[in-house]
Amino acid sequence: MPLVKQGRIATDSFVHVGDGAELPGDGAVLVSAARFLEDPQALLQRAGKLGVIWPNNRDVDDLVPWLDRLAAVALVFPTFRDGRAYSQARLLRERHGYDGELRATGQVLRDQFVFMLRAGFNAFEVKKESDAEAFAATIQRYSVFYQPTGDGRVTALHRRMQQRHSESAGQ
Amino acid sequence: MYAYDELDRTLINERVEEFRDQVKRRLSGELTEDEFKMLRLQNGVYLQLHAYMFRVAIPYGTLSSKQLRRLAHVARRYDRGYGHFTTRQNIQFNWIKLAELPDALADLAEVGIHAMQTSGNNTRNVTSDQWAGVAPGEIEDPRIWSELIRQYTTLHPEFSFLPRKFKFAITASAHDRAAIKVHDIGLRLHKNAEGETGFEVLVGGGLGRTPFIGKTIKPYVAGRDLLSYVEAILRVYNQYGRRDNIYKARIKILVHELGIEKFASEVEEEWLAMRDSALTLDQAVVEDVRSRFSYPAYEKLPHMPEELKKAAHDPFFERWRKNSVFTHKVQGYAIVTLSLKPVGGPPGDATADQMDAVADLADKYSFGEIRVGHEQNLALPHVAKRDLPALWKALDKIGLATPNINLVSDIIACPGLDYCSLANARSIPIAQELTRRFANHDTAELIGRLHINISGCINACGHHHVGHIGILGVEKNDEEFYQITIGGRADENAEVGKLIGPAVPYGEVADVVEDIVEAYLALRARPDELFVDTVKRLGVEPFRERVYATR
Amino acid sequence: MTSPLQQKIKITGPSIVTANRTIDGAVIYRTAANGWSTSLSDAAIVRTAEEARALLTESVADDIGAVGAYIAPVEIKDSGKIKPGNLREHIRLQGVTIDLPVSA
Repeated sequence: MPLVKQGRIATDSFVHVGDGAELPGDGAVLVSAARFLEDPQALLQRAGKLGVIWPNNRDVDDLVPWLDRLAAVALVFPTFRDGRAYSQARLLRERHGYDGELRATGQVLRDQFVFMLRAGFNAFEVKKESDAEAFAATIQRYSVFYQPTGDGRVTALHRRMQQRHSESAGQ
Repeated sequence: MYAYDELDRTLINERVEEFRDQVKRRLSGELTEDEFKMLRLQNGVYLQLHAYMFRVAIPYGTLSSKQLRRLAHVARRYDRGYGHFTTRQNIQFNWIKLAELPDALADLAEVGIHAMQTSGNNTRNVTSDQWAGVAPGEIEDPRIWSELIRQYTTLHPEFSFLPRKFKFAITASAHDRAAIKVHDIGLRLHKNAEGETGFEVLVGGGLGRTPFIGKTIKPYVAGRDLLSYVEAILRVYNQYGRRDNIYKARIKILVHELGIEKFASEVEEEWLAMRDSALTLDQAVVEDVRSRFSYPAYEKLPHMPEELKKAAHDPFFERWRKNSVFTHKVQGYAIVTLSLKPVGGPPGDATADQMDAVADLADKYSFGEIRVGHEQNLALPHVAKRDLPALWKALDKIGLATPNINLVSDIIACPGLDYCSLANARSIPIAQELTRRFANHDTAELIGRLHINISGCINACGHHHVGHIGILGVEKNDEEFYQITIGGRADENAEVGKLIGPAVPYGEVADVVEDIVEAYLALRARPDELFVDTVKRLGVEPFRERVYATR
Repeated sequence: MTSPLQQKIKITGPSIVTANRTIDGAVIYRTAANGWSTSLSDAAIVRTAEEARALLTESVADDIGAVGAYIAPVEIKDSGKIKPGNLREHIRLQGVTIDLPVSA
C-alpha cells in the first residue's frame, strides 16, 4: 500500500505496530489509540517518533492533550462511504491547531484526494498503486472551491469580492 | 434568475471532466461497481429496472428558457424524448446510457446545468417555494439564501460522505409551499424586531419508513450566522448519525434518539466554537449573490386589461384562469401554473416538444423564466395579465392547460414499479386511472382542493405521508396492494396522514378513493370546508366505515 | 451493502440470473455459455440453491460487463418457453406498463 506525501509516492518512515507486538527500540511507530492511552508517557518517552491511529467513532477530544507531542495522527476510513474522519481532520487542524502529519488510512481512493487535502490530510496510505501514481494529476482537477476550510484556499464568494473590489478600485 | 459566472461554470466543467474520467475507469475495469456506485450517485446516476436513471439538478426550481431547451435536447439526444419532474424540483431521465452520460453532462454544463449531489449520502437540492420572488406577501426572495447554501454545500470536503442523504428546504412566506417541516433542515425566513433577516431553523423532518415532522432547534438564526450554524448541525450529524443501519441513518433518527434539547445543545456547543469564522456571511457577500439574481423590468400595467375582459365570455378560458392563474405581487401580472397532469397521463412528465414549446412561451410571456414545483407542475412566474388569453390558447394546444391545479386529479406520484428498482408496486397507472375517474371538471371543482400522493414503496418519494389522501404501494403474496392514509398535510400545519384500514388490491384503489371522496362530500360541514379539514374535524372513523363496509 | 453472494439464496422454482448491462443499463440474462443475452429465451435455468449460487458467482465476477446481478424466478410453459416469474421481471422484460409520452 503506497504512501503519498507531498504529492508523490514516498517511503514510509513509520511502522505500524500491532497491539500485542513489541515496539522497536527506536524509529517512528504508529500505534493504536487503545495502546497509546494505556500508557502515553511511556510511549512518548521512547526514542523515535510516535504516531497514533485514532478510530473514527471516537471523539478526538481525548487525543487533544497529547497533540503537540505526536509526530503523526492517522485517521481511518473503514469504507470510503464513511466520512467521519473528515470532521475529525478538520477539528484537529482548525480547532486544535495540530500541525504534525495527518494521515488518511483505510479505504483511500483517488476520488477522495481533493476532499482529504481540503480537510487537512497531508499523508495518504493509498489503496491502489495506480491511484497513488495519479495523485499529483488528481489534485489539479479542481480550481474553484465554494466553501472555506483550513486549507487557506480563497473561496469563490471571496474571489468575486476581490474581483469586484479591484474593478471598482481601478475606476 | 441567478446568473452563473465564470467561477460557477468552471466548477461545473471540472466536475464533468472528473466524471468523464470516472466513467472511463469504470468501463475499463479499473474501478469496480462497488467503488463506482458512490461516485455515480454523487452525479445523480441510478441503476433502475430497465436502465440507468439520470437526475439533473434544477436549483430551487428555477430555469431559464435556454436551460429548458437544453433539457429537451438531452431528452431527445440521449433519452426517449421526455423527462420527469420530481417532488424535489429536479428532472429525471429514465433511459440514459452510462457511456453517453459524460457527453450529456457536458451539453448541460454549457448552459449552467449540473447533476452534482442529486443523489448519494450528501446534501441535495435546496428546494424552495416555486413562487419565490413573485408571491405577494413574501418577506424576501428565499432563493438568494438557497443559492448561498447551494454553493456552501457543493463538493463540501467534510460533508460528502454523510451517514445518509440530507435535504434542505426554505420558505419566506406565511403559507409554506416548500414543505419545510418534512425536511432534514427546514428554514423559515423572517425578520427580527430590528428588521434583520434571519431564519427559524427546524431539524429532523422527513418521510420514508419513519415519518417525522421537523422540530424547531433555534427560533432565530441571523442571516450572517446561517452557514456556520448549518455547519454545526452537519458536523454533529456527520459524527453521530448512525452508520450501522441504513434505515436509521437520517438525522431525524438522531434527533429522535437524542431528543431535540440534547441535540440542540450539541449543535450549540459546536457552533459557539466556530461561529465567528470564515463562514460568517458579511453583508457584502450576501449582496453580491443578490445582485446576480435578475428580476424583470415589469411594466406599469392595469389591474384589469381589456384582453381579459374580452376573454371572460369564454367559459373554458375562465375555468382555466380561475384554476391555474395566481396573484402576482406586481399589479397587472400573474403567476401561471402549467398542469403536467393531463387526464390519463403519467403525472409530472413532459415531452421534449412540450419543453421546447414552454421555453418559447416563457420567452414570449414570462421574461424567459420557468419554475418547477415539488407538486410536479411547471409555472411561468411573470405573465402579464393581458397575455393570459393568448397564453392559454397556446398551452391548450400542447396539452398543458388542464384546469386541475390543486384539485383531485392534480396527483403527485413517484415513478413506481414501472421504472424504479426499489418499488413494491406501480403508482403511475393508479394515478392515470384516478385522473380518468375524476376527469369531469365540474365534479373536481365541487370537491375542491384535494392532494393525492402516491408512493410505490416506503421510501415515500411520492410524499404519501403528507397527502390529503396518501396511497402507499406494498407487496403482499407477490401482488400489488396499497395502504391508504388520509389527513396528511405538507404545509405550515404539516401532519402525517392516518391509515384508514387494511391494504387493498391494485384493482380496487380507484374505487376506494371514490368512496372516500363520496364520504367527504356527504360529511363536509359546508361546500368550502376542505377535505383535509373535514378529516381533522371528524377523524378517520367515518371514512373507514364507508370504505370497508363492503370490503 | 451485502453482496448478493452473501445473501441467503432461496429457490422456489425454476430461476435465472439477471442483471443490467454496465455500458447502457439494458436488461440482460445470464446464459449457459458464460455470457449475457438480452433475450430471456437464452437464459440459463437453475433449479437448486447450489446451481443458483454457482451461476450468480460467475455472473458477479463479470463486473465490467454487468451490474447488480441477482436471482429471479421464471415460469416455464409446457412449450418450453420461458416467461418472467413475477410482475417486476415482467416489467423488466417488456418495459413499462404504461404508454410512454410521445412528442407529437
